[in-house]
This record gives sequence, structure tokens and C-alpha cells, in this order.
Amino acid sequence: MEGFNYSTPNSEGTEGFVHSVYTGGMVDGPGIRTVVFFAGCSLRCLYCHNPDTWSRTRGERKTTAEIMKEVLKYTSFYKFSGGGITVSGGEPTDQPEFLRELLKECKKSGVHTVLDTSGFSTEADAEAVLPYVDLLLLDFKAYDPDLYHRITRSKVERPILTLKTAQRLGIPTQINYVLVPGLTDDANDLTKMAEFFKVFNNINKIEVLPFHKQGEHKWEGLNIPYKLTDTQPPTLAQLDEVKRCLTTASRGGTLRL
Amino acid sequence: MIKGQWHGFNDGAWTEEVNVRDFIQRNITPYEGDAAFLADATERTDALWAEVRVLLKEEAKVGVLDVETKKPSGVNAYGPGYINKNLEQIVGLQTDKPLKRGIMPKGGVRVIKNALKAFGYELDPAIVDIYTNHRKTHNDGVFDAYTDDMRAARSSGIITGLPDAYGRGRIIGDYRRLALYGTAFLMEDKKSQLQHENLMRLSGKLIGIREEIQLREEINEQLRALKQLEEMAANYGCDVSQPAANAKEAIQWTYFAFLAAAKQQDGAATSLGRVASFLDIFIERDIKNGTLTEREAQELIDHFAIKLRIIRFLRTPEYNALFSGDPTWVTEAIGGMSESGKTLVTKNSFRMIHTLTTLGPAPEPNLTVLWSNNLPDSFKKYCAKMSIETSSLQYENDDLMRGHWGDDYAIACCVSAMRIGKQMQFFGARANLAKALTYAINGGRDEKSGKQVAPEFAPVKSEYLEFDEVYRKLNQVMDWLAQLYISTLNIIHYMHDKYNYESLQMALHDMEVLRTHACGIAGLSVVVDSLSAIKYAKVKAIRNDDDLVVDYEIEGDYPAFGNNDERVDRIANDLVKLFMEKLKKHRAYRDAMPTLSVLTITSNVVYGKATGATPDGRVAGQPFAPGANPMHGRESKGAIASMSSVAKIPYEYALDGISYTFSVIPKALGRTGDERVTNLSNLLDGFFHDKGHHININVFDKETLLDAMEQPEKYPQLTVRVSGYAVNFVRLTREQQLEVIHRTFHESM
Repeated sequence: MEGFNYSTPNSEGTEGFVHSVYTGGMVDGPGIRTVVFFAGCSLRCLYCHNPDTWSRTRGERKTTAEIMKEVLKYTSFYKFSGGGITVSGGEPTDQPEFLRELLKECKKSGVHTVLDTSGFSTEADAEAVLPYVDLLLLDFKAYDPDLYHRITRSKVERPILTLKTAQRLGIPTQINYVLVPGLTDDANDLTKMAEFFKVFNNINKIEVLPFHKQGEHKWEGLNIPYKLTDTQPPTLAQLDEVKRCLTTASRGGTLRL
Repeated sequence: MIKGQWHGFNDGAWTEEVNVRDFIQRNITPYEGDAAFLADATERTDALWAEVRVLLKEEAKVGVLDVETKKPSGVNAYGPGYINKNLEQIVGLQTDKPLKRGIMPKGGVRVIKNALKAFGYELDPAIVDIYTNHRKTHNDGVFDAYTDDMRAARSSGIITGLPDAYGRGRIIGDYRRLALYGTAFLMEDKKSQLQHENLMRLSGKLIGIREEIQLREEINEQLRALKQLEEMAANYGCDVSQPAANAKEAIQWTYFAFLAAAKQQDGAATSLGRVASFLDIFIERDIKNGTLTEREAQELIDHFAIKLRIIRFLRTPEYNALFSGDPTWVTEAIGGMSESGKTLVTKNSFRMIHTLTTLGPAPEPNLTVLWSNNLPDSFKKYCAKMSIETSSLQYENDDLMRGHWGDDYAIACCVSAMRIGKQMQFFGARANLAKALTYAINGGRDEKSGKQVAPEFAPVKSEYLEFDEVYRKLNQVMDWLAQLYISTLNIIHYMHDKYNYESLQMALHDMEVLRTHACGIAGLSVVVDSLSAIKYAKVKAIRNDDDLVVDYEIEGDYPAFGNNDERVDRIANDLVKLFMEKLKKHRAYRDAMPTLSVLTITSNVVYGKATGATPDGRVAGQPFAPGANPMHGRESKGAIASMSSVAKIPYEYALDGISYTFSVIPKALGRTGDERVTNLSNLLDGFFHDKGHHININVFDKETLLDAMEQPEKYPQLTVRVSGYAVNFVRLTREQQLEVIHRTFHESM
């Protein structure tokens, strides 16, 4: 408990669009965290489990001061658990100014910050935001440009640039990789990706997340056709196989799975 | 005076006077290590537990395995009984056979008649005759003194669950005293209390003639009970006139004292106290002397736990609907810290919880961890791990309670802290606060029957409810309710003392005890959300032909309790304080100190059924949330926001406890097993640091419960925590199973 001193900001701050604030997140970075879901994302990932956060208009206008007031209600829980705030979405970097101000306020108040992002931001935005990030959770969709495009309908250059910026700024990074059977489990792709990650000394972990279908009902609710209806979550064996593949390819590097 | 059985213990005040706390403080060996030392169940334990499981299975089929119909129970009413004499290391049964229930007609003969009838038995006519024509019962006494108001309030359901037809319970004898002192020492102590000079004054104050006579009679009753306890133990070949000489005897003596209480009284909650670390002192001594091994120590604790798991009382179907799953609340408080700052966690704290592994999960004994931020980390982690594996533990805030009750208190029932052997409560069940609100709107008429229950006053006449008016009228109804509530409790407890006195349990108390009038409220979150809806949204009253408001329409949104939103949480805070202040104004029997709990047990289902629609949008008959929980589905900000709202309810105004039940799916606690343990432990630290009082932890998926509903035979030991106790899920009524399933299961987004 010692050594922590959370302080309260006093200005109203910047305004942005927030989908929701959720307390007690325990799988979104270390410890017990308050997760702020930003509204709006420009990617359209096939396996997105929060399509309700795609549109900015579904969000609520909030100031950083309002969010900070919420965030600072739970400092006891952060202290005991080494937790803090996780900004997720939606895509937080789609609102770079708002994101930067929020993270800055958190750091001012002594709150540990995690940014959960696809990395799909401009280099300038990444550079402006990352200095206030204690841990970057980079949801790396795919390394192969074609596969990346198939999943997201966008180009892979941006997340790669974000990763490079994080390395340059020395931001500890965890790669989250979603395993979708038949889509993101090609051994060749995986090997190339792991080889690529090898040179990044700021990556301290690669987490392979099994694809799940808990978000499917949200797609239905939003009347958007869901293309992975027939895809099943990976089995434990499939998950182990992918982890093994990544480990082998990254041998000699510093990656931890 | 130093007795031979005390050899090897550090002496102190405890050797001269009855003072168990002093004994513990001088002799305890705190344990800061991990669970690696624990031993598995012995073959003897496995064999014994297998026999008991067969009986439990039989019992589950028929409800009541066997019951005595002729001989009323008492401390020494039956000869010795065994499960399997060759296997049992700790002996003693409530009747002559395991799981055979006794009858205790001093509480009320009609209740027993009905309970027996419900299970296909008939009460011996001689008993009916004696307790109808020759010996008055508690139940008869109460109804001789009840006023019309009280009867009306009781039947409308605004005050229900009152212990006027069943044993009040919630008294914890200091069962450790038998092990440490033996009856001879305790009887000497009681005899010395009988001197006139001692009896005249309590806390230095001269007491009345009636009080003095009552006390004199009670102490002699206590002496008689101790004598009977001695005889009961002798039937099992044990001489409890002297202190326990070793660990086995210490456990056996402690159990005998508890057993004697359970033979004499069928109190709603028959809690054990705080025995684990006390017993550890005897175990440590034996281990040090080389006369006991870890395996043997665990075996003794396991056999003790088996006995505690088969405590049974005869209950009516109505009682079972209120408190379902056949609970007995054999609550054992584990852990906590000393006032001096050292921990009271011992190896035996681990052993007691380890029974959930050696014997598998079970609702009883009701294992209650007294949590402090300063508990040894390894113990915190062990508890969290066991919660994740068994959902059988509840946690209460030692840092909060120690300031009020010292460091030798235990928990009666679910959340009621009391100094052991120095304090008891007059159990008062609970008032239905949601009904009080509908009375406020309807001018004191019951929203379901239309009857005038509270004194008549002007009802709300407007189409849309107006906050100030409703709050003013609610205040008025609460004035009436508080006065009626305390007077009703006065009658119940006067009569309980008179006709059904707990002489054995009180023999294990000091002469002077602090008594609390333990009032309670149900439906707090319903009322709070209703007031919030009236204040922040628009609530339209729907009236029937009789001009009674029977339904509501809400226009717009309102902040709901359980989101850590000050606008509404303040209402909860204010209501609890307001009701407590009102309770304090009235004179209580035996100068009892009024206290308040926010606890429903499983009665939230029955209370909900008896209550019409409420302005929060809850439809008529829908269950309340349990205890102090937010209403299901209204928490939108996640687990920590929900528990933070509850933590803000001020314990100082609810000293009888604030119960919160938390359900989380395993995956939401973290990705790996270790992460889950660490996160849960940290979550408890945060909750208790922020002044939460109590939390039940359930860790499972909804799918498990649904499957258990369909295939109960697959889940004989599936245990879930409900408000303040644990229960075999498959023994809940279907309605209650559904209520548990509909609760908010916290999961990540």
C-alpha cells in the first residue's frame, strides 16, 4: 500500500466519446482495472466481440475530468492489486487528443495505465500518446498483409509502425494474438510473424487468445452479417500447437508466451 | 490454581478466572506459512465419510431421515449414539442415531405437530397433552401478549420470520470453556455468582427485584445444564468435569459443549464460535510432545467437521421456504488479528478450511474468514484458492469489527458479530422495508390486501409521485414500524427467556452479558431504487378500483444502487441511519441495545412474493435482491462498482451486519489459476479496505447451475453461497434455484 499517492485533477479537461466504463476488469492488464471503452473504431475485424463500439454515435460524450472522477473511486483496488486503468474500445487511438489527455491525467494522479489498441494509428498520434502508457496491449491481428486485410479491411503498415514507435520510446508491450481456426493458424504466417517480433526487445509477452463467439449476439442485435458463424473456438490442442509454433520461431529472442 | 491438564501452557489471568481470550493470547502460535504442511484424509476418515454420505443421500430423498416423536430432546435425554463406533474419533450425536431429529416442544407444540405431519410422522399424544394442558410454551406465551397491531403486521408480512414459533438461536455458548476448564471449575464460578451481593448489581447499577429473581433462577438453570452436560459426556465414557488433557480431548470437549446446546435448543442459527485457533494450542502442544502427528491432527478436525455437517433440526415447510436447504448455521469464525497486531491465523485455521478438500465442499459448518488487510499473505491466497474451488467460504471484515467487538468475537448465523461468552442477541428477523414504502404511498394500507395495517394517514393522491412527499410519509411509516418492531421483540424475548431459556448456552457465558435487539431490514435496494426513480425519473402511480396504488410506470432513467453513484447510494446510507435512529428511541427488554442488519438469508424470495409492485419497476411478487445486494441486472458498471455501493452502507448503523453476495465466473478473475487466486485475494483486500462488511464469494459458471437443476444427482455436494450461509444447490426450491441463477454473474466485457 505504501508509496502510492493518488491525486485528483481539477480541470474539466478534454471531451470525447465513451462507450462505457467498466470496473473490476481482471483480464485487461495487471491487477484489478477500470476499463474505459472508447466509442468508435475504423477497423471492421471479422471476429470483433464488441461491434457495438464501432460507431462513435453510440457513445456518450464525457470529459476526462468526469472519467477521472470515476477512475479514482477505486484506488484501493489498484493499490492492492497493482491495477489501474485500461483504455480499450472501440479504438482508443481514433480519439488521439482525448486519449492523450486522459492518460496524462492518470499519470498525474499516479494511476497505472494500459492501452489496449489495434495499433492502427498514425505515427504522430502514437508518438504523442505512448509516453503516458505503462503497458501497451497491442492486438496484432496478423503479420501477413493479405491476411491482415482480410481480417480488418485495412493495411498492416500502421500497427507495425506503432510497434516500432513503442520500441523507440521503450514502452513495455504485450502482443495479443487472436487464434481463429482456419484463419489465423497458418504455420507459415505464424513463423514469419514470430521472426519479425524477435527483434523487439520491448515485447515482454505474446498472449494467444482463443477466438470466442460471445460477441455474436451483438452482431445480430446490430443487424450486421456475422461471417464466422460456422467457425468454432479453437480446441486446447489447436491453441497449444500455435503457441508451440510461435515459441519455436521466436527461439533466441526474448519472447515469453 | 494450576491444573495438571494445563501442563506446558503459559499461565496468566486465565488460570484464575474464566478467560479464554487471555489463554489464547498467551499461548497461540501464529502461522505465517503456506498450506504445504496439510495432510490428506486418512482411510478411517474416508470410510466414515462414505458411510455418512450414504445417509445423506437417503435423507435427500425423503427430506427427514428419521425423527423422534415421543421423547423431547434435552442435554441428556438420549443415551449415546454413533455413526460407526470403530471409526469415529470424535463422538456424540444429537439423538440416538445419525441424522435423526429431536423435538423441542418448549418452543411450541403446534409447530412440532405440523412439522412432523409434513414428513408423515405423528407426535405422541402424551406430548401434545403435556405441552397443551400442563406446560405452557414460548409460542403460547407470545400470542398471549401480542397486540392486534402486532398480529396484523405479522400476517401482512411487513415484519416476518420472527422467532415466535421457532427457537431464536443466535446465541453462541463459549464452547471452548469446557475444554479449557471442565465443568467443575465452571460450576464453581457460577456458584460464586449466586451470592446476593453479586446478583444485586449489574455494571454497578442496582437492578430490580424481578431482574434479580430472574437472574438467580437462570444461574441455577445453568448449573443444572452443566451437570447434565457432564452426564451426557459420561455416557460416551468421557469425564468433562476436568479440563481436556490433550488435543483429542480438547476437540471432543468443545464438541460436547456445542452438542449439548444443539440437544437442548433448535435455535435458528446454532453457531460454533471461533474454535480453530483455540484448538490449535492443544494440537501444537501434542505435536511438540510427539504424541500427535499432522495426519492425526487433520483426522480429528475432519471427524469434528463431519459431526458439524450432520447437525439437524426439525423444521416446518414454511420455515424451509424462508431459510431453505436445511441450514443450521454452525458458523465458525477463522483467522482475524489480535488487538496487539499479531495474527490469530494458526495451522488449525488451515486445517479447518482443508476439510473442504478432505471431505469435499459442504454448506456446514459455515466457514467464515475474518479478513484483515494484515492477514498473512499465504493464508489470504489459500482462502482465495479454496473459494475458487468450492464457493463454500464467506468473508467478514475483521479490521472493521475488531474496533467494536475486540479480538475474541465470533459470528452468529451469517453476519452477527458478538464477543464470545460476553454477548448474545435477541434475534429479530427483519422488517420488509419495501412494504413500508408501499404503505407510505397507500396511507398505511397493504398494497396486496387493501387492509389498513399501519395507522391511517393521508395517502399520496397525485398521479406522479413526488419525492419529498413520499419520503415524508415513509419516515412516518418507519416511526410506526420501529416502535412496533421493538415492542414485538420485547414480547418474544421475554417469553423465550421465560418458557424456553437456553440454560446450557448461557452457562457458557459470563453472568453479565451485553444483549442486542437485532432488528433487520429486507428489500433495501428495492426501496433505494424506488426513491431514486421517484427523484430522478418520473414515476406514475397506477391505482385500482379501491384507489389503492398497485403498480407504477417509470418514464426516463434513474441511477440505480450498485453503480457506485453517489446520487443514489446516499439514499441507502440515509435510510439505514434513519431506521437505526428510530429503533434506538424505544425501550428494550433487559436493556438490550438495538442493532440493525441488512440481511435476508434466502427469505428475499418469500418477501418478494408477499410484496406488490414497487416504484423501481420491480413487478409484484418478484424476489428482492438478497441482503444488501443491488437488484439483479441493474448493475451496469461491473463488479467493483457494485461492491463499492454496498461497502458505503455504514456499519456503525448496521452493527448486526451487512450481507453482500458476489458471483463471478472463473474466467473473469484472470487467465491463469495463479492470477485468479491473486486477483480474488486483492479484490477482498480492496473491498474490506473500503469498509465493506461481509461478502459471500461464488465462483462458477451459470451453466454449471443450469446443469445441476437438470441433473441434481450429478452434483450432490455443489455448494453455493446465498445471503450469509451456504447451501447445497440441489436442495434449494426451484424458485430459489432460479433466483440464484438470475443473479448478476460478473464477467468481463
